[in-house]
Amino acid sequence: MAESTNGNGNYRVIGTRPIRHDGVDKVTGRAKYGADYAFPGMLFGKVLRSPHAHANIKSINFDKALKMPGVKAIVTAADLPEAEDSTQQVGEAAMNPRYLSMNILAHDKVLYDGHAIAAVAATSIHIAEEAVRLIEVEYEVLPPVMTVDDAMKKNAAILLPKLRNKEEGDHPTNTASHLQFKRGDVAAGLQAADFVVEREFNTAMVHQGYIEPHNAVGLYNSDGHGTIYCSTQGAFDVRSMCAQVLGLSVGMIKVVPAEIGGGFGGKTTIYLEPLSLMLAKKTGHPVKLVMTRGEVLRASGPTSGSKIKIKMGCTRDGKITGAEVWMAYEAGAFPGSPVGAGAMCVLAPYNIDNFQIDGYDVVVNRPKTAAYRAPGATNAAMAGETVIDELAEKCGLDPIEFRVANACKEGSAQIVGPPYKRIGFIETVEAIKNSPHYKSELKGANRGRGMAAGFWFNAGMQSSATVNIQTDGTASVITGSADIGGSRASMAMITAEVLGMEVTDVRPTVADTDSVGHTDVTGGSRTTFATGMAVYNAAQDALKQLKERAAKTWEKKPEDVKFEDGKFSAEGDGIKPMTVKQLAGRLARTGGPVTGRAQVSTGGIGVGPAFAATCVDVEVDPDTGKVQILRCTVAQDAGKAIHPSYVEGQMQGGTSQGLGWALNEEYFYDAKGTLRNSGLLDYRMPTCLDLPMIETAIVEIPNPIHPLGVRGVGEVSIVPPPAAVANAIYRATGVRMTELPMSPPRLLKAMLENRRAHDLQAAAAD
Amino acid sequence: MAQNEKTNGKVHPAKKTRVETTINGETVEFLCEPRQSMLEVLRDVLELTGSKEGCLTGDCGACSVIIDGRTVCSCLMFGVEAEGKNITTVEGLAEGAKLHPLQQKFLEDASLQCGICTPGFLISAKALLDRNPNPTEAEIRYALAGNLCRCTGYDKIVHAVLDAAKVMQAGG
Repeated sequence: MAESTNGNGNYRVIGTRPIRHDGVDKVTGRAKYGADYAFPGMLFGKVLRSPHAHANIKSINFDKALKMPGVKAIVTAADLPEAEDSTQQVGEAAMNPRYLSMNILAHDKVLYDGHAIAAVAATSIHIAEEAVRLIEVEYEVLPPVMTVDDAMKKNAAILLPKLRNKEEGDHPTNTASHLQFKRGDVAAGLQAADFVVEREFNTAMVHQGYIEPHNAVGLYNSDGHGTIYCSTQGAFDVRSMCAQVLGLSVGMIKVVPAEIGGGFGGKTTIYLEPLSLMLAKKTGHPVKLVMTRGEVLRASGPTSGSKIKIKMGCTRDGKITGAEVWMAYEAGAFPGSPVGAGAMCVLAPYNIDNFQIDGYDVVVNRPKTAAYRAPGATNAAMAGETVIDELAEKCGLDPIEFRVANACKEGSAQIVGPPYKRIGFIETVEAIKNSPHYKSELKGANRGRGMAAGFWFNAGMQSSATVNIQTDGTASVITGSADIGGSRASMAMITAEVLGMEVTDVRPTVADTDSVGHTDVTGGSRTTFATGMAVYNAAQDALKQLKERAAKTWEKKPEDVKFEDGKFSAEGDGIKPMTVKQLAGRLARTGGPVTGRAQVSTGGIGVGPAFAATCVDVEVDPDTGKVQILRCTVAQDAGKAIHPSYVEGQMQGGTSQGLGWALNEEYFYDAKGTLRNSGLLDYRMPTCLDLPMIETAIVEIPNPIHPLGVRGVGEVSIVPPPAAVANAIYRATGVRMTELPMSPPRLLKAMLENRRAHDLQAAAAD
Repeated sequence: MAQNEKTNGKVHPAKKTRVETTINGETVEFLCEPRQSMLEVLRDVLELTGSKEGCLTGDCGACSVIIDGRTVCSCLMFGVEAEGKNITTVEGLAEGAKLHPLQQKFLEDASLQCGICTPGFLISAKALLDRNPNPTEAEIRYALAGNLCRCTGYDKIVHAVLDAAKVMQAGG
């Protein structure tokens, strides 16, 4: 069994802040992201996209386009094989190959503004753009169904004629599924409450907002092997999904993960990748496709807008007695919203004996939703954490005390049943309570402070790693985890820690699908957890082999060799301790190269549950409804922070996305179902000027199932901010917001209504 | 979408123009079509892929370059407009192996996660420090408001600029 350093905290490398190994390339512009790749004879691809939200395709004619000088090939769904209508596991998500194929290129219907219909390859991007305009499509326009309310109406237009759910039998529907979690007797629980709060929330669809658009360069060999260079969070997932859509076997495709300019879940699926291979095959040339920003917003995978109805009750001394939640999430054009995760997260931090949670996955004429950092949980927390804030106020309790009094601990049952192992929820909210921010006084008109908590399961899944000892005593560590936030530095740090090396003596590589064992997606907050575990095990495997070589050199048994402070030693006359460097010079004579390897399969979700808590101070302009974030602190349980700067980075990044979600970001569709803000000016994400410094408090409650105590940190920080901001706005203005985003027009309207109501009350009292 | 009726599908792009300019201190000569943006010229014609494409509408700043001392979104400029100009891209910030203090501080302060916005931020920050060697946090945030980052929340970026300014003031 590997020597575990769990919880001892005396590390040499882990916990320090070295410069990341890929850093110099990134600050000098040398690093190659997907769109930076070029190959001899490369062509450029462009996609024809539907201008209608909902329409039948009567015909497609691309003769004129194909005749244009410079145009080399055009593909449509007619070039795709028949796809299976079933549910399969790809990465964290369930996928239906038929729907995936329909999203890549529309079959007989277009289902959202921007839905891909055809792809053109030409000698220049400009010629490809011109050619796309020459493709003639005959549409039969159908009524757009844009909200869950519209989609769930009795006589709603139906998006997918074959879609059925268990409850409605053979009746066509837009509700793909209904799930339910129940415990105890919710009616009795609410009856037993002294205070009951009931609210309805509506949250708008938002996008991950990565600065780098989707890209893919496809190459195709006449022997049938294809290669794709793309910016992706999961090269192995791209490979299996492309194989599915194109009717190829997985082994015929190699995916090379380029550096990636942000993903947040949005780059865990495929859009351009299969098109690049199809066009490469047809033309015999490499073909590059890159989405424009407009295409990214219209036609990649935002996360669900939602409607959430919640009723929660508590006793007057602050014990939650019951909760009822109804949630309908927009799936987009095809089933698969994160309503299930939302349902499992909404009450997750709290010990509640009686609850019922119903979740509905509803298709609408919007792009098929994709994962976005803790998918489904932020919507849910907006509802749950603001209602808890209200209940705490009614009881006269501090919001943190209220949460601690109802908190889940080790042994508490999760929503889905199994008990929590050691978790850090209480420690995380208390880190906020003890923060300089929370202890400080907030003074001034129109100002308020709010806090909220959040939960995310964190995933485990599969990872592989190899550690090669070089002849000069340095090491290379190879993994298949795309590095979106600095994780390869952590892999090098773990390797260096185990092997007693300097972190600069370890060279980390993110490899392609031919060069490393199967590794699941960089997502689900699993990379430092699972790939870190694989790296730890691989380094231990290399260490074991090195001990055997030392033993051989000294004619001792491997069990007699010690490894301490970077040196191998053994008892005996004339045996001098050796460093890895010294031993490395002898590898050829003692048996050959040393390669440590490991594969891990660490389970599904919930392998290291993470909690975050956010506190925010706001100032609201009473005349415009504009909210200024004055101060922000986020606390998060990381288990063990391998590289604290990058853990802080995840906390700060997730928080700022949550703040954008809270205040400004939303998809705006008109009555025809056309997206009206498909650019970064009007899809308004936070700029440098919108945010203050984001204070962080890393809590470390070691994860009992990881050799280094690691819990995933990538996602949960996005969960609390909208609720924290809503709670702060309440204290600043007296208004409880139940819509996201809490943009100036919405907040102003609510404040004016509130003022009018107060004025009427005051007048009536006279 | 409007059909290209006038030309009936026959597109005659204008002949390529010869442009002579200075990029990162070196005289550069290139050919480009008048419809190609400066960003496209940098990336596809000159193979200087350090400047990035994020939006093509001047909203994200990932394509930022310095032209005659001013920060410009290269996606909003035509390649032919480079004639006779003095252009700095991210590739020109380091002096051989010696990184610019901004680059060094971005690394030390962990101011990049995915790194796609980093070239644009380095350019905007350099332009700021060239004209205002001792900026306050507010001045930095104002100057960098045209560069979007989705990964970091800007905290460590602002710290890096403050730290680099200190180093440069001390003569580093």
